[in-house]
Amino acid sequence: MDYQLIWVLLIAVAVFAYVTLDGFDLGIGILFPFIKDPVKRGRMMNTVAPIWDGNETWLVLGGGGLYAAFPKAYSLLMTAFYIPVFVMLLALVFRGVAFEFRFKSQNHQKHWDIAFSAGSIIASAMQGAMLGAFIEGIAVENGRFVGGAFDWLSPFSFFCATAVIVGYALLGTGWLIMKMEGDFQGNLRRLAKPAVIWMAANLAVVSLMTTYINPAYADRWFDMPNLAFMAPIPLITAGLLIWLWRAVSHREKTVFGITLAIFFLCYLGFGITLYPNIVPPMITFRDAAAPDNSLSFMLVGAVILLPVIFAYTAYAYWVFRGKVSDEGYH
Amino acid sequence: MLDAEILARIQFAFTVSFHIIFPSFTIGLASFLFVLEAQWLRTRDDTYLALYKFWLKIFALAFGMGVVSGIVMSYQFGTNWGPFSEFTGGVIGPLMAYEVLSAFFLEAGFLGIMLFGLNRVGPKLHFLATTMVAVGTLFSAFWILSANSWMQTPDGFVIENGRAVVTSWIDAIFNPSFPYRLVHMVLAAYLTTAFVVGAVGAWHLLRDRENRAARIMFSMAMWMAAIVAPIQIVAGDMHGLNTLEHQPAKVAAMEGHFETQNGAPLILFGLPDMKAEETRYAIEIPKLGSMILTHDWDGKITGLKDFAPEDRPNATIVFWTFRIMVGVGVLMALLGIASLIARFRHKLYDCKYLHRFALIMGPSGFVAILAGWFTTEIGRQPWVVYGFMRTSEAGSPVTATAIAGSLLAFVVVYSIVFGVGTAYIIRAMNHDPRKAHVPSGEFLRAGGRQLAAHNNPQAGE
Ligand code: HDD
Ligand code: HEM
Ligand code: HEM
Repeated sequence: MDYQLIWVLLIAVAVFAYVTLDGFDLGIGILFPFIKDPVKRGRMMNTVAPIWDGNETWLVLGGGGLYAAFPKAYSLLMTAFYIPVFVMLLALVFRGVAFEFRFKSQNHQKHWDIAFSAGSIIASAMQGAMLGAFIEGIAVENGRFVGGAFDWLSPFSFFCATAVIVGYALLGTGWLIMKMEGDFQGNLRRLAKPAVIWMAANLAVVSLMTTYINPAYADRWFDMPNLAFMAPIPLITAGLLIWLWRAVSHREKTVFGITLAIFFLCYLGFGITLYPNIVPPMITFRDAAAPDNSLSFMLVGAVILLPVIFAYTAYAYWVFRGKVSDEGYH
Repeated sequence: MLDAEILARIQFAFTVSFHIIFPSFTIGLASFLFVLEAQWLRTRDDTYLALYKFWLKIFALAFGMGVVSGIVMSYQFGTNWGPFSEFTGGVIGPLMAYEVLSAFFLEAGFLGIMLFGLNRVGPKLHFLATTMVAVGTLFSAFWILSANSWMQTPDGFVIENGRAVVTSWIDAIFNPSFPYRLVHMVLAAYLTTAFVVGAVGAWHLLRDRENRAARIMFSMAMWMAAIVAPIQIVAGDMHGLNTLEHQPAKVAAMEGHFETQNGAPLILFGLPDMKAEETRYAIEIPKLGSMILTHDWDGKITGLKDFAPEDRPNATIVFWTFRIMVGVGVLMALLGIASLIARFRHKLYDCKYLHRFALIMGPSGFVAILAGWFTTEIGRQPWVVYGFMRTSEAGSPVTATAIAGSLLAFVVVYSIVFGVGTAYIIRAMNHDPRKAHVPSGEFLRAGGRQLAAHNNPQAGE
């Protein structure tokens, strides 16, 4: 069996699960500046309070899995992204404790709202910046990182940071439209409209710039016969964006669903662009893989435990399904 | 100027020390909550439900802080210890992956139901959620301690192309020091929680001796102190013998022995001086050291001088951290004995001295745990993987400035966030536990009184 390939796919799944699941709860923090009413903010947080921890566990699986399956990539990427990783982690600290602290504090609720919101925005920005820097490539010689501490910071990575913030905000809005009712739902719909346009623009720019950054990326997309196979990805994405634009004004569950589908297609496109590199532009996942017996040992656990995890996670979502009101469950 | 290596070590020590404070409390607390809910289901006595809700709030705060500080840990291996990650990725990586899959998801998946779901799923399923969270914390301890023990006493692998490749997973997971470390650490977590619970019980008893909720928790905690503290001393002794077998330099440093000798004394106190290669101002009991470590009055104990200077751990630190831990362990056992005497004289809830003693001992578990880990980890130096990789070879090629900057950020952020969190915890402990649940019998009979919203984490806060 090709354990290396299986594991690179599994880690890709874990990262995607993280991006979408934590994406919508980070999105809620990103929306805070637009919703001033503390009661509504409390309601927004209540929609994710019982599940955010599970969502963030995918980040631990992504990081831990990378360490276990592709130690070399883990070591290189963490070293190259030293600053953004730590900034992200510290932002997640603030955001994570805010869930508990906000409801416990008597006089400082506002401060924890700021911590939650700023934490969410900064963490998303760092994820976007790392995505950008990852696409641009990492300076590696003889298996060692040789770049500088600020290599990750560039106009492109800055742009990606804003793109991820907008994308997460839209995911968050979709989630909340599903969970809220009445006037508040209307407010959210109005917020979503410009976000859809902004996201569409971001996607176009990031896609074009990606093909420009590295000729190999462009070849991957524009060479025949690839073009024929891969053209549906951007085309369907464009179609979904139009559908999303319409759904925003009257649908309840579809908004979230379509946004997820768009995220999936972007992620797929991103994977196709970079394959088989795990530390672009040179190191492939095969160069970075752990010994086969480590991979097979872990696979046993993953095959048995992942379905169980899916089952009880789904159960937890099901328990807390439906609309959330002020009498929420916090 | 501090170099990158020492800064990275300080940073790791700082973040993991903060992290371990929360798990050591939540491991014990999750099991305690399990017992409380089981008691409530069995007896339907609302006091147990009140106690459950009282401790659940504290658990939620501590757990949240454990999670966020833990996520930082899982990325630190790569950021600060890249070459270490490459060398050990094939061994420690899978152990941590199993921890994520078997423990972290389990905890996170059922935590929401445990915290907010009682009214939604009913008592039976809710109890299942509590059980799963408690089991999850123990699974977590299992895997992470296996990983840590492998670094102390690596086994079941060969080195190929500069990285560790496992030949036997059984040997790697159940490496020689793992069973001892697992038992010692889980007992430590239970003791730590018991002493916190005991202190909170004592605090409320000092205010009102008749407080039934306080009586129950105080009594439960004192049983733990009386039974588990002595067991922990025995477990610690066995752990030490295991360490003597596999890491003799560490034990020499813990004992402050520089010379190899037969019939070595037990040095009670002193000041090990690494440069002068002697322990100054030593107060000793002749021959007892050999007796404890070899169970023979004239047994041979290897001193630090038998190890090359570059292979010696810093005895000045571990000598003292070890004594702090053992001292706390002895005090814990003393409190246990005192509580037994009071109990048999029917004075458990009346003796103010006992309550004050228990109150002071509240944070003692944390002190012992940190002291124990500092002994273990600093005693492992200069190796990161004992005998195979030196700490000096393990650091990432990051500049000292970057590490110093992130360290500073950690110090500031952790002090604020965890300082505030601890304050909230202490405030929650100060509430009267009897009021944590307004008895309404909501699951026994329909109707009943309206719940006071802010006192009931299930119905809304
Ligand atoms: C799975 C691995 C693992 C686990 C469970 C722990 N450690 Fe550790 N520890 C390390 C892996 C490690 C390390 C990566 O190997 C370090 C970093 C540098 C070093 O020498 O070892 C280390 C260093 C290190 C140091 C600095 C030692 C020195 O530089 O002299 C301290 C004080 C601690 N640790 C304390 C702890 C505490 C309080 C823990 C309780 C949670 C703990 N360690 C668990
Ligand atoms: C230095 C190595 C360690 C690393 C890398 C680490 C990693 C982590 C991570 C990533 C989490 C958060 C998981 C989540 O999202 O739920 C966590 C939480 C936890 N860790 Fe650690 N950990 C370390 C040491 C320890 C030790 C020594 C123990 C106990 C014996 C421990 C026990 C726990 C427990 C029980 C939790 C659950 C959260 C809580 O109870 O607060 N960890 N750890
Ligand atoms: C009084 C008797 C005790 C003895 C003889 C004892 C012995 C030891 C020894 C020898 C070690 C080092 C093992 C190594 O590095 O390989 C150790 C570590 C440790 N001790 Fe103790 N201990 C005692 C009490 C306690 C208490 C009361 C606690 C906490 C409540 C505690 C918590 C720990 C922890 C957390 C570690 C580090 C993890 C480990 O290596 O197991 N110990 N102990």
